[in-house]
Amino acid sequence: MAEIIVIFVAAALINNVVLIRFLGICPYLGVSQTISASVGMGFAVIFVMSISSMVTWVLQHLFLEPFGITFLQTVAFILVIATLVQFVEMVLLRYSRSLYRALGVYLPLITTNCAIMGIALLNITDGYTFVETIAHALGAGVGFLLVIVLFAGMRERLERADVPKPLVGAPIALVTAAIMSMAFMAFTGFDVLALLGM
Amino acid sequence: MNKVGRLYSDFAKGILDENPVTRMLLGLCPVLAVTTAAINGLSMGMATTFVLLMSNLLVSLIRNWIPHKIRIPCFIVIIASFVTIVDYSMAALVPPLHEALGIFIPLIVVNCLILGRAEAFASRNPLPNSLADGLGMGVGFTLALTVLAGFREILGAGTLFDIPIMGTAFEPAILMILPPGAFLGLGLMIGLLNWLNERKKHAMREEAYYG
Repeated sequence: MAEIIVIFVAAALINNVVLIRFLGICPYLGVSQTISASVGMGFAVIFVMSISSMVTWVLQHLFLEPFGITFLQTVAFILVIATLVQFVEMVLLRYSRSLYRALGVYLPLITTNCAIMGIALLNITDGYTFVETIAHALGAGVGFLLVIVLFAGMRERLERADVPKPLVGAPIALVTAAIMSMAFMAFTGFDVLALLGM
Repeated sequence: MNKVGRLYSDFAKGILDENPVTRMLLGLCPVLAVTTAAINGLSMGMATTFVLLMSNLLVSLIRNWIPHKIRIPCFIVIIASFVTIVDYSMAALVPPLHEALGIFIPLIVVNCLILGRAEAFASRNPLPNSLADGLGMGVGFTLALTVLAGFREILGAGTLFDIPIMGTAFEPAILMILPPGAFLGLGLMIGLLNWLNERKKHAMREEAYYG
């Protein structure tokens, strides 16, 4: 159990998916103009990341490895993720209109979100078991939600700040992200178990 | 414009005017992640250029046979195949570089630059123009990565392509090769280009005004 908690917290804070691992930079810069949009994107990422990590783990260990066709990994993973996103969109549309309204517009954007594919690949290269994979994907998703919402809050204020003209827009957003990344580097070497009293 | 002129402009636009990194902000994940040393930036740029060139070539060749509705999955399969070729070739030929770039090699498949060029350019233009476009965008991407990586390596380690250039008195700012340095370096680089562009435009306006 302790192992699972460590993987979750490490994925969310210490190896933050955006600020330390540089995955999912496009939505981080693109969908962080307002807090409400960033919350929607964050939950859509948690949702898709968890499902796609489980599916790609099963695909890798039950099909690609037993049949000795791991060279198809890249092709298989990206196709499965793209199909899965379409499928999730259809299921939500059919069974949960309210969830579809909240997440729907963000789902197509997620197919080319490298965080989804990146976490799916890291689950394999880091040799996680199925349960550890779920903890890792959930932690990474929660970490993404956390930083994108914090970042959107700052950008809403930056809108009214007096920024030097050449830095307006993307450059000042990147410099802000640099400071956030510096703050998150403080989690390096953080003893998760001691914090939880275990 | 004549044919050769059009080819040249398709090539040249990717380098500065429509540079994928500094102008269009496409494919930023590898830009930030692998630019800790100039050699990593250069090789990542070259790997991406190869995939971009080959996918533009194939997409442009078969553009009239791909049904419109399933074009995106078709593009993705084409791109993923070339990414697998690059991945395995690098693992065999340059293992240390393959190790350093890590999961960012298979992640070339989700680089929106490549899918973007397939969709916006190669699927609508003849072969020579698509190749010129792919090569120009690839060179622009490689240039941006190498310059950013070189800047970070000089400040963060005092070397360039592993050759010490800053002298012994230089105290490297480790921060520049850590994750925050990537965001800071790219932000300042885009800011600098905006500033230069603004100055150029200003000079041109003044010239037009005062003759």
